[in-house]
Amino acid sequence: MTEQPLHFRRPVGRPRGRPPDPAAAARLRGLLVGLARRPDLLIECLHRIQDADGHLAAPMLAALADELSLAQAEVFEVATFYHHFDVRREGETPPPPLTVRVCESISCAMQGGESLADALAVTLGDTVRVQRVPCIGRCAQAPAAVVDRYPVAPATLESLRAAVDAGLRECAPPPVPDLAVALAAGAYAQLRRCLSGMLERETVFATLEAGGLRGLGGAGFPTGRKWRTVAAQPGPRLMAVNADEGEPGTFKDRDWLEREPHRILEGMLIGAWTVGAQACYFYLRDEYAGVRTMLETLLPQLEAWLAAAWPDTAASPRPVLHLRRGAGAYVCGEESAMIESIEGRRGMPRLRPPYVAQVGLFGRPTLVNNPETLAWAVTLLEHGPEWYAARGRRERRGLRSFSVSGRVREPGVKVAPAGISLRELVDEYCGGMADGHRLYGFLPGGASGGILPAALADLPLDFDTLAAHGAFVGSCAVIVLSQHDRARDAAANLMNFFRHESCGQCTPCRVGTAKAQPLLAAPVWDAALLGELSQAMRDASICGLGQAAPNPVDSVLRFFSDEVTER
Amino acid sequence: MNAPASAATLAAAVPVRFSLDGRPLEAAPGESILACAARHGIGIPHLCHKDGLRPDGNCRACVVEIDGERVLAPSCCRSPVEGMAVKATSARALASQRMVVELLLADAPVAAQRADSELLQWAAALGVAGTRFAPREAGAPDMSHPAMAVDLDACIQCGRCVRACREEQVNDVIGYAWRGDAARIVFDQDDPMGASTCVACGECVQACPTGALLPRRLGAGADAGTPVDPTAAERKVDSLCPFCGVGCQLTYHVRDERIDWVEGRDGPANHGRLCVKGRFGFDYASSPDRLTVPLVRRDGVAKDPHFERVPADWRASFREASWEEAMTRAAGGFVKIRDTVGPQALAGFGSAKGSNEEAYLFQKLVRTGFGTNNVDHCTRLCHASSVAALLEGIGSGAVSNQVSDVAHAEVIFVIGANPTVNHPVAATWIKNAVKRGATLIVADPRRTGLARHAAHVLQFRADTDVAMLNAMLHTVIDEGLVDRAFVEARTEDYEALAANVREFSPERMAPVCGIDAQTLRTVARRFARSRGSMILWGMGVSQHVHGTDNARCLIALSLLTGQIGRPGTGLHPLRGQNNVQGASDAGLIPMMLPDYHRVDDPVAAGVIERLWGAPVDPNPGLTVVEIINAAAAGTIRGMYVMGENPAMSDPDLGHAREALAALDLLVVQDIFPTETAWLADVILPASAFPEKTGSFTNTDRMVQLGRQAVALPGAARQDLAIIVDMARRLGLDWTYTHPSEVFAEMRQAMGSIGGIDWRRLEAQGSVTYPCEGPDDPGQPLVFIERFPTASGRARLVPASLRTADETPDAEYPMVLITGRQLEHWHTGSMTRRARVLDAVEPEATASLNARELERIGVAPGDPVAIASRRGRVVLRARLDDGIPDRTVFMPFAYAEAAANLLTNPALDPLGKIPELKYCAVRVARAQPAAAPLRAP
Repeated sequence: MTEQPLHFRRPVGRPRGRPPDPAAAARLRGLLVGLARRPDLLIECLHRIQDADGHLAAPMLAALADELSLAQAEVFEVATFYHHFDVRREGETPPPPLTVRVCESISCAMQGGESLADALAVTLGDTVRVQRVPCIGRCAQAPAAVVDRYPVAPATLESLRAAVDAGLRECAPPPVPDLAVALAAGAYAQLRRCLSGMLERETVFATLEAGGLRGLGGAGFPTGRKWRTVAAQPGPRLMAVNADEGEPGTFKDRDWLEREPHRILEGMLIGAWTVGAQACYFYLRDEYAGVRTMLETLLPQLEAWLAAAWPDTAASPRPVLHLRRGAGAYVCGEESAMIESIEGRRGMPRLRPPYVAQVGLFGRPTLVNNPETLAWAVTLLEHGPEWYAARGRRERRGLRSFSVSGRVREPGVKVAPAGISLRELVDEYCGGMADGHRLYGFLPGGASGGILPAALADLPLDFDTLAAHGAFVGSCAVIVLSQHDRARDAAANLMNFFRHESCGQCTPCRVGTAKAQPLLAAPVWDAALLGELSQAMRDASICGLGQAAPNPVDSVLRFFSDEVTER
Repeated sequence: MNAPASAATLAAAVPVRFSLDGRPLEAAPGESILACAARHGIGIPHLCHKDGLRPDGNCRACVVEIDGERVLAPSCCRSPVEGMAVKATSARALASQRMVVELLLADAPVAAQRADSELLQWAAALGVAGTRFAPREAGAPDMSHPAMAVDLDACIQCGRCVRACREEQVNDVIGYAWRGDAARIVFDQDDPMGASTCVACGECVQACPTGALLPRRLGAGADAGTPVDPTAAERKVDSLCPFCGVGCQLTYHVRDERIDWVEGRDGPANHGRLCVKGRFGFDYASSPDRLTVPLVRRDGVAKDPHFERVPADWRASFREASWEEAMTRAAGGFVKIRDTVGPQALAGFGSAKGSNEEAYLFQKLVRTGFGTNNVDHCTRLCHASSVAALLEGIGSGAVSNQVSDVAHAEVIFVIGANPTVNHPVAATWIKNAVKRGATLIVADPRRTGLARHAAHVLQFRADTDVAMLNAMLHTVIDEGLVDRAFVEARTEDYEALAANVREFSPERMAPVCGIDAQTLRTVARRFARSRGSMILWGMGVSQHVHGTDNARCLIALSLLTGQIGRPGTGLHPLRGQNNVQGASDAGLIPMMLPDYHRVDDPVAAGVIERLWGAPVDPNPGLTVVEIINAAAAGTIRGMYVMGENPAMSDPDLGHAREALAALDLLVVQDIFPTETAWLADVILPASAFPEKTGSFTNTDRMVQLGRQAVALPGAARQDLAIIVDMARRLGLDWTYTHPSEVFAEMRQAMGSIGGIDWRRLEAQGSVTYPCEGPDDPGQPLVFIERFPTASGRARLVPASLRTADETPDAEYPMVLITGRQLEHWHTGSMTRRARVLDAVEPEATASLNARELERIGVAPGDPVAIASRRGRVVLRARLDDGIPDRTVFMPFAYAEAAANLLTNPALDPLGKIPELKYCAVRVARAQPAAAPLRAP
């Protein structure tokens, strides 16, 4: 260690630490108009500053800490956790006024996203920051990019340049009917049945159970059972909608939100009614700026309508609706990490038990659902459980929204039967393989679900069917590889993603992803060491991120070993 | 839900049977697998877990296999359920445990680890010889803090420091920032530790398992500033912190016969926690300034009371002497005054920093050797008014509930106290309680460190305590919040109090105290209605001419609402010095004998006279300020001052110093050449805290044992030995050779500690009194059924409005509040000689808010002159927006700008405490020439 004199003297004119900055404090108060000074709103406060200043300057963070009666460290650790916040200490250069984010996740990387980012940095020069970012949920139009919040997909040097020059910065909200129009068209009918007493809670549970509806955020937990469990917990109870869709290759929730927001919101309200939740927190990933604008309009409309339509009683409290904005963290799709984030903290998953159904948001029993799941819940109540259950193939029940990307002719969201095979999905729903591409392998469940070879393309794609092959469907993000792709490249890309997105809490994931990444660059993999590492990550990580992170590596060693062994 | 339960719950419940690696075990419900295994002598690897910290389960070194579960579980965070089969040493569990350690070894290599690294210990235990993974990029150490070295190359991101800083000490400096493998600990906003808001409690250092955070060596040698090697200590000595009244237990790690570093010990008051003074402020004892030989004033050298600083070179005024010569001069001088002028011409100041045994012998010496009750100590400057009100109201001056009892309180009312600075470890219990849901009310003219944690911050106008508190009492009565049953059964004089506060409605008092009526009412309601409300107060209440009245109001508030006599309730005047409670208990006060028996109570005095075999003057003696006034008047001619520094601590120092200089004989027994010693005739070099053994009584009434860790320097002697020597020369036949002999005598004089004998103290380290017999575990909570008054009832004493003795006017338009800072203790004689403390707070400052700075026309750090009717000082201005308008705050620890040159010696009529918290001053820009107050 280098030696320094002990006779350190701090400036005596001020209290210890960073001096207060009255100007920053005054400016901050201006930015926070209308926001309560509650620590759970920390991330919302940070967004206000980031949106206004393009970065988070240290004096502003110090002022914010003061304003919220938090410590600077508490604010700083949250601000640095989320990728959409740019923290700048005194003397550091703020980022350029414009940021172009180019997706580097697997579907976009396969379509040249990485080279696009490199070329773009050269073309756009110093006044624009080009960032490589993980999946932005536009994988069907790869490679995808956003100019500030304006999406460009597929993106080319020319189209991005044009967007930059044209001053396009914001994402337009999807053209959806506002509440009055939707109500006139019969939306929220199932909710009205609940509120009018035509539907019993027990009927709701029974319908979801009979239809076999499962959580479509990735875990596939039976929805009816979840609702029943939360409803049985001692109150007060809460609800959260997990719209932090971030699994690379997944974009179906964005699609649902852009097409059927009222159905999702209705499902949310029915969920809240069924379990007796006092408030609903809609946690939306920050990348979906257009959807956010839409919800900022719809939620107040909804609250106004509910004030008249929903008598607030002890048995059925009328929920308060909160929209919460993510800030660039894949791990916040993990439900307990999302809850931490809603509470204004770093998105670090909690240890289970207890489960969030028992001890969730603000310590209360919490119902957490994925948007698509909520939409299907409404459909089940409309059409009956039999209608839904009969939609599956190979004795599976229901429908799934597959986000298909990669080497197919027509990528996109495909609402298809549960239990469909990859081959059927590609042939029946995606117009077959893209020209010049032959099926080599596929990722059945985004980054986490492993990689399967073409030989397994006839397996039914659904929960619990792929475990024997070290894979799972998760959020049904299907990425199709062809003879022009290598599984090892996919695995390396994904490990890079997991390293980038690890929350940093537990050793196996934090250090494991970091140590694995260079090992995957070797022409010949150290299969023994990777195997040991994989086992520990799988067994000892806190959450699904770390537990699933080695899946692609294991898949390569299992099905594509010729890519990584000496020939 | 799966969090391990508290010890209390564990004791009560039915055990859970499970198996660990096939061995049947019984866990208490809620006990973790790891803790249960440890209790049975089975070590499961763990790194992020440390007893006392919340289990976090992040390192995953402790993962175990549980039958029927998909993944492994962290044994530190999982409680077994009936019939669970757990495997900690299965191949699968071991594989993950080993992999975790191997991964961490790549990030924090062996070379970066300290010798006793827990990572290396578990690597060895698990047979992990090295790592197959690429190392993490090395960084530069952060050596910006004078006390601690930060080397993140040794960091394993376990977060123990974060929990220590945020959840244990609640100083909230350390964060875990960034994400993934970039995540690392930061101070504030990734600032250098030395430039951060770190208060250097060092809890993080104590929590760190690998040496990423280490104390730096303090010595003057070549290794100064290097990180301590924790394994290098030659011996460990369990002792106490010498500073404040909290009474933290600690361990001195001694190397080369010097204290190398200090570690918090699991004492009842601190449970391992320490603050910057306790952890890093110990090296004062090895300061080159130590007095090591007796000194006598050179013949013909006059005493100059008008000095600025005590000169570094003493030789012009003093010469070295033998102990025989010094003691002959000292004792001979006292005998001469006693026998020619009379006993009342003598006085003694003992010290609240000395042990119980020293305090007891010192007052016994003054009472039986001098023959006077003119014996007092700094309790007079501290809680004399609180004690007066408490004795009057409830018959006991000690605290009713211990600080840690805040854990049971629903409402905690802190008034006139700044515990994050003055009782830092006590403050941690308050902050912990708030984190668990308690409501904190802070009342203080300054916005202080606790305010951030408070639900209600009452920044009332200084000097208006009675107005504010009477308004609360009014509300309690007005709104029917009186605990009628309690008031009827346990108190007297309710009607007088009710009549008195009738005129003090919150609406009428709001403009007086500056707190709006609604807030006053809300706070009174919260206090009255809670299941337990506890009041803690400090010098902001006591150091006023109406200090006794202030305390009377607090006592009345507690009594009216029945918030006393139960856990989480009561009255706690936070004691300042480490042994102010014990010194007072031991009779180091002019009107009381040991155990608060009044000298003018012939029955009680008779008991002591029989024990001592000597008569006791039935007339109460003079108090501190009265003694100084008597010295100035020439009626006191000789003084024996042991460990006190009145030439810094008394109000109106110009006057106090003149008085001390006017004495015929001043004998000062101390470890440093203090300002008082500068005016002495004879200076006796004595023992520093780590050089002696003795018992000390903290604010919680815990009698605790301090043990000698290092030898005395030079010819310095034990204080106890000097007092005994002095006594013998005064004609007493004392033969005490060890503190245990003194303590044995004290037990006979003091029923309160009758059940504590020296052996018990040595075995237990800490016993709470009242402790009446050997089987009495000690009584942390008192007044459960009766008060120790004649009637057994408490008295409600009304208080009327009275303003400060000196209020601002056109000439002196501002208010001066004096107090302390975290780093500097009392008059600074110890702490300003502690290298870390001096480095962190190097010079005198006057705190003002931004508006006042602007009005005066100075920038932060500029010199300002502060003058009162009694004196003038120049020091640097510090910006502190917690200071109210027209107010300046000064710590009194700095000799070069002594706050007490300015303070007002006006006294509270009952407590005789001076009004150190309030006087009128004028603040102005000082000449730029005065800028380099201290060389940078």
